[in-house]
Amino acid sequence: MNQRILDPMTTNHANDADRSGDVTISRRHLLTVGAASATAATLPQAATAQATSPSASTTRPVPMAKVSLQVNGAVHTLELDTRTTLLDALREHLQITGPKKGCDHGQCGACTVIVNGRRINSCLSLAVMNEGHNVTTIEGLGKPGALHPMQAAFVKHDGYQCGYCTPGQICSAVAMLGEIQAGIPSHASADLTAAPQATVVEFRERMSGNICRCGAYSNIMEAVAEIAGSKA
Amino acid sequence: MKTFTYERARSPSEAATAAVRVPGAKFIAGGTNLLDLMKLEIEQPTHLIDVNGLVLDKIEPTQEGGLRLGALVRNTDLAADMHVRRDYGVLSRALLAGASGQLRNAATTAGNLLQRTRCPYFYDTNQPCNKRQPGSGCSAIGGFSRSHAVVGASDACIATHPSDMAVAMRVLDATVETVAPTGTTRRIPIADFHRLPGNTPNIETTLQPGELITAVTLPRPVGGTHIYHKVRDRASYAFALVSVAAIVQRDGSGRVALGGVAHKPWRVEAAEAQLPRGALAVTKQLLDGAKPTPQNEFKLSLVERTLGAALTQAKG
Repeated sequence: MNQRILDPMTTNHANDADRSGDVTISRRHLLTVGAASATAATLPQAATAQATSPSASTTRPVPMAKVSLQVNGAVHTLELDTRTTLLDALREHLQITGPKKGCDHGQCGACTVIVNGRRINSCLSLAVMNEGHNVTTIEGLGKPGALHPMQAAFVKHDGYQCGYCTPGQICSAVAMLGEIQAGIPSHASADLTAAPQATVVEFRERMSGNICRCGAYSNIMEAVAEIAGSKA
Repeated sequence: MKTFTYERARSPSEAATAAVRVPGAKFIAGGTNLLDLMKLEIEQPTHLIDVNGLVLDKIEPTQEGGLRLGALVRNTDLAADMHVRRDYGVLSRALLAGASGQLRNAATTAGNLLQRTRCPYFYDTNQPCNKRQPGSGCSAIGGFSRSHAVVGASDACIATHPSDMAVAMRVLDATVETVAPTGTTRRIPIADFHRLPGNTPNIETTLQPGELITAVTLPRPVGGTHIYHKVRDRASYAFALVSVAAIVQRDGSGRVALGGVAHKPWRVEAAEAQLPRGALAVTKQLLDGAKPTPQNEFKLSLVERTLGAALTQAKG
């Protein structure tokens, strides 16, 4: 089966699988399974090394903590190394890989998720700080065949090239329009006490925490402007 | 990142007590600066006290006619508060000129005050830095110093304070409210809160061990035109090379504080008497005794011009 998936030329075999009701496996699933088996293969060695090393046997155990997260509507309870960021909890423990690890220092915005209705950098928040919080990732905004309007607009306007920053861009854009609607001003707002306007000048300032190395900014702006009902 | 144990505090005084009970403990609120530094092992707390559950997230009027800003009010909420926008516009403007939308949603009032410098040598653990490792030396002196301090620095450190919010707090004469591990509370004028580097640049504030910020209070509004001008290398999402927080009255009098030029928000009250005479006169007194490096002496004229632009804007 692996051969079939890995070899894109064996389309006939794939069709056979469909007909026979065989399980179809996505590339992402395959990678997840592969990573898990790689871990299993290296574990016994690591355990042996620890048992025979006198210094390792006196090492204090890594502090762990329990946390419950509601991610895209489903509640997950995890026991995590306290150092685990929200981003790593999502990606490495829940296999929710939409949020991306770019800089891991809050500079690029690829890890942007929406927590309790607000966009944040999930790389700069510990998972344990998010006990009971409601987390929405790109996977929770829309699904293939039922895209969120912002996702559809990014596709329509070609708002990406490599796509790595896109989940963060879309989560950020959706929450950003909510911030304008909630009346939160920005550095680009001329009148501090007036309701902020949905203009491209506002969008550009408010989206400055999301970097796109491919430079798809003008297309991203067109997508955001369409959803906001304004002109790019 | 080094390992650490973790607890959620249930009251401000309990948090302060825990901070002195466990050696190497630190408070965590937004975490946007602390976690960044922990990943680089510049900060290595052994125990984190999560204060996010404390009810310190309110903005309330004070008896004196001012505002009390809870320590946990997020930067976005503080900037968007209608009282702040109307009566303390310089504070909204400063907050909105800093960081990104995502960071402002997480960062808190107290955490913003306690931000650490963005000096590249402080961030580079392969280089000497008196702030990160006392006694190791200062790599910025004689190094790449374009972004560094021009006033109030020492032979031990020429780092700047990175906060925009704190510059506005300084021009507004804010007061920092704290609780100590003993349970006693005190009020620290913002002017006395941040320290100059001297020989101990690793000690950045006058907070005592375990002392927790609970609120920042603003005095009664002073009126006037509120301006925050920030000059930086990008139009958005960058730290200031120079920033000017100004409150200018109709008669030309007013207040001025600077960001990006010193180890703390920089204000010289005596210089403000020169405001009716214009930016050059104010700048001369504000930056009296400045010791720029060849790489950052441009900041002296940049301060004058940025202040000049602010004063022109204030005249409408």
